[in-house]
Amino acid sequence: MTAPHAIRVENLGKQFAGVTAVDDVSFSVAPGELFGLIGPDGAGKTTTVRMLASIMDPTAGDAWVTGRHTVREAEKVKEDISYMSQRFGLYPDLTVQENIDFYADIYGIGKKERRERIDRLLAFSNLTPFRQRLAGKLSGGMKQKLGLACALIHTPAVLFLDEPTNGVDPVSRRDFWRILHQLLEEGVTIFVTTAYLDEADRCHRVGLIDKGRLLACDTPANLRKLMKSNILEIITTDSRKAVALLREKLTGESISLFGARIHVTTATPEPTASRISSLLREEGISLQSMREVEPNLEDVFVSVLSEERR
Amino acid sequence: MMPAPESYVTDGHSTQEPRQPVVVLRDLEKRFGDFTAVNKVTLEVRKGEIFGFLGPNGAGKSTTIRMLCGILQPTGGMGSVAGFDITRQPEEIKKNIGYMSQRFSLYEDLTVEENIDFYSGIYQIPADKRAERKEWVLRMAGLEERRLSRTATLSGGWKQRLALGCAVLHAPPIIFLDEPTSGVDPLSRRNFWDLIYHLAEGGVTVFLTTHYMDEAEYCDRLGLIYRGELIAQGTPDELKTRYMAEDVMEIACAKPQEALRLITALPGIGYASLFGSKLHVVAEKGERTPEEFRQVLEREGIPTESVERVLPSLEDVFVSLIEARDRQEGAQREFAR
Repeated sequence: MTAPHAIRVENLGKQFAGVTAVDDVSFSVAPGELFGLIGPDGAGKTTTVRMLASIMDPTAGDAWVTGRHTVREAEKVKEDISYMSQRFGLYPDLTVQENIDFYADIYGIGKKERRERIDRLLAFSNLTPFRQRLAGKLSGGMKQKLGLACALIHTPAVLFLDEPTNGVDPVSRRDFWRILHQLLEEGVTIFVTTAYLDEADRCHRVGLIDKGRLLACDTPANLRKLMKSNILEIITTDSRKAVALLREKLTGESISLFGARIHVTTATPEPTASRISSLLREEGISLQSMREVEPNLEDVFVSVLSEERR
Repeated sequence: MMPAPESYVTDGHSTQEPRQPVVVLRDLEKRFGDFTAVNKVTLEVRKGEIFGFLGPNGAGKSTTIRMLCGILQPTGGMGSVAGFDITRQPEEIKKNIGYMSQRFSLYEDLTVEENIDFYSGIYQIPADKRAERKEWVLRMAGLEERRLSRTATLSGGWKQRLALGCAVLHAPPIIFLDEPTSGVDPLSRRNFWDLIYHLAEGGVTVFLTTHYMDEAEYCDRLGLIYRGELIAQGTPDELKTRYMAEDVMEIACAKPQEALRLITALPGIGYASLFGSKLHVVAEKGERTPEEFRQVLEREGIPTESVERVLPSLEDVFVSLIEARDRQEGAQREFAR
């Protein structure tokens, strides 16, 4: 029997000595989905993952993973999942091959299927040429991939990854996400946390978390619809002068500078646009382009956070 | 000589002056034994410029920054920072720069004010200037109402602003920021960038490293270092329009997972991934037209809403440049055999 949800979370909470790390969080993840929990450091991402992986008991609410209760059926949950923590336990003085062998022993993978599976994992994570290299001598990105290979030595139904790309450069990050998308093809459900908002678009669905509270949870496309205002992107010959001018004259609108681009968030794009044109013209700043752009998920997060903190 | 603190408080005007270089590197080199960590790097960063220094881990970023900060001696070439020679005047450099790392060096059990006082001592700010500089930092960072708060109780965003304030307490002409916004919430990150722009506007040169490609977009100019060599530099737009060797397409269609599988299997496709509800595809230059993608998908019964050639993202450019360099090195090794 397959559970309708790979993960189901109801009013989950965790208090540590009076500090609320996770506060009344509810969501669900469908089988085969890639779900991203996104938020800054200290938002409650790691605590949530640990509760889902049955490593830590919640102080409120319930969670089920593959239909099993994370507290009452903790041992069964652990059999169905893999969990790669931020400090995944690799042995720096063992080689790549020896590390994977070690995890194969832990999970009791038989000798026969082991060879084939390890070869496949090494190929899949591009680590085959580095079989004999000590894990301690791998780059950050390669260590992450080895950690992932070890976590996948038994084929889990749900894979939990806690900030797998933290501090990893863009080339290795792209490679890592490619691997995750391949895993989806095999039917694995993936739950990943990250502080990088630019990774949100690589997930099927995203939860935005801050201070223990789930602020929003939906597909990236639907999250964009949460933005009630429009964004005008303006490029001028002197962006710093222009931004100072607009901040002075356009009170009430949110104005951000991104290098050469200025973003004005406004509920009334048309009158605002003509106001901007005339303001810039009066000051002799030449306007190179002005157009409405789709908000990115950072815009959405900022907008949701601003309302929350108001 | 230290610039007058007033130069920090005023806004505007500085952008129009001819901007003198604050960082000048000519063929800078650092060898460790027979390993070349930094290989003939030539670079200029001008006053008030925000320069983003990018590169994978182990590419030579930290080694370069250590040389710029007067902590590590180069083995070849020359360099100057704020007018001081990095080989002969490292002590002067240390006094004339600000530095902030991702692990902000703040004392958690001290208050905001006490942390600032502590750094005033370290930077040997003259006694009659201390009060004024402290107020300037509190005002700039918006920490006036939190001056008596214990640092441990501040959120990540506030700590970051305090750390930045402490790093510019002595009014250095240049500040080095090492992954300054890693892990802070996006609202704090935007506020932090407003501070960075404010400092740059006042004439401070900002030299920063980041792994966030969206953050790299905020910089005036970027340099990409790989295997010790500076392989590209320019504004974010220059990097996107001049350096990308492949075509980038965005495809909106039904059944994106299935479409991704089909497209990945085509020859000449460097990379394809799902991005939001669209497919992001990097293809060899001139290899395939948007119309061909449409045909491939529709032949398999996948209705296609749009196929557009788009400007590459900085991540595309970054990956493209590094892969091109890897291929080149691979070819050279083959040749040498």
